[in-house]
Amino acid sequence: MGVTYRAEAPDQIVIEHLGAIDLLYHHRSGATHLVAAPMPQILEALGDGPATVADLIGRLAAQFDFDAAEDMASLLEQRLAELAALGLVRVDG
Amino acid sequence: MRHEIGLGIGPATFRIGSAWRAPLDALARLYAAYPPVDLSRRVPDFTVRLQPTRPWRRLIRPSIFIAGDHWLPEAAPMALEHGLLAAEMGMNLQMALGWRRHVLLHASSVERDGKAIIITGESGSGKSTLAAMLGERGWRLMGDEFALLDPVSGAVFPFPRLISLKNQAIDIATAGIASERLGPLMAATAKGDIRHLVPRADAIARMKEPATPALLLFPQYGPAADRRPVDPGEAFVRLTQASTNYVALGEAGFRALTRFVTQVPAVALDYPDSATVFAAIDDLWSRIG
Repeated sequence: MGVTYRAEAPDQIVIEHLGAIDLLYHHRSGATHLVAAPMPQILEALGDGPATVADLIGRLAAQFDFDAAEDMASLLEQRLAELAALGLVRVDG
Repeated sequence: MRHEIGLGIGPATFRIGSAWRAPLDALARLYAAYPPVDLSRRVPDFTVRLQPTRPWRRLIRPSIFIAGDHWLPEAAPMALEHGLLAAEMGMNLQMALGWRRHVLLHASSVERDGKAIIITGESGSGKSTLAAMLGERGWRLMGDEFALLDPVSGAVFPFPRLISLKNQAIDIATAGIASERLGPLMAATAKGDIRHLVPRADAIARMKEPATPALLLFPQYGPAADRRPVDPGEAFVRLTQASTNYVALGEAGFRALTRFVTQVPAVALDYPDSATVFAAIDDLWSRIG
């Protein structure tokens, strides 16, 4: 408990949707990222404010059907760690 | 420098200085139809210097080192008889490393009715040869090496330097062309045999005239004819790889390239011979309104 994820400020990111992938330009790093689902969805859900993994699962479940057999918390933590490594998400706590 | 010449190609101007006269004489002959640049009245965008590797090497076994505003430390010196190639490589290097007014795409381009085909691909894909041949077949050659994408308008600007033909492409692309439009055959350079071709007069006269990109081609010379659409995401990745200044341009480059790939259809073309690829291009062009 206690780990909170925070999205990069919206004015730092420019997103272009190109079919199956999204292109994302990050002002702070000057880097361009190609991201596929579920990355854009996670970033969008975090856009509603800082969240724990449990909060995020709640936000995403409101929009998407999950496969009940999957360990959503573990999957999300992995994706959030990847987004954090790119500098697109910050980890507090 | 002992000798120098001013050259204007598309939007860029160059000062080429040289320790030797011969490379500049060759440049002056081949660039005779280009508008002159008076170096006493304006500061050029870039300077290229062809200088001896050591002071005494100007006369004894002359060996050229390319220098200028931007340079690559590992560039190998070149023989004086390849001086024209050294000058061309020096100009390309300045553009690739120093140009900031456009997104610089390592691509050839040709224009018809105000619309352009952009042709990109690895070295050996045939982009230079295709552009050279299309330029003799009713298209306006805009450039065989760099296409300049304007971040503001989305238009492509020409950079019609001398066309650099290599190895087997030399005989194919120069068939029937008057010798006045051909540079010397430079055999066994680091890039193989090289011969330069002067673009047609209309390509030079209209070298400041942009066009709207209408088709992006990824040709690949190979055994079987094939054609497949390239989705915008793949086109974006390949164009960023083909651009030397994408990262330097930041968000302007990002917006220019995303606009380009969402508006311009992209096709990968595998072709075994020139007749096949020209038929494919004619067919693709006929579908573009």
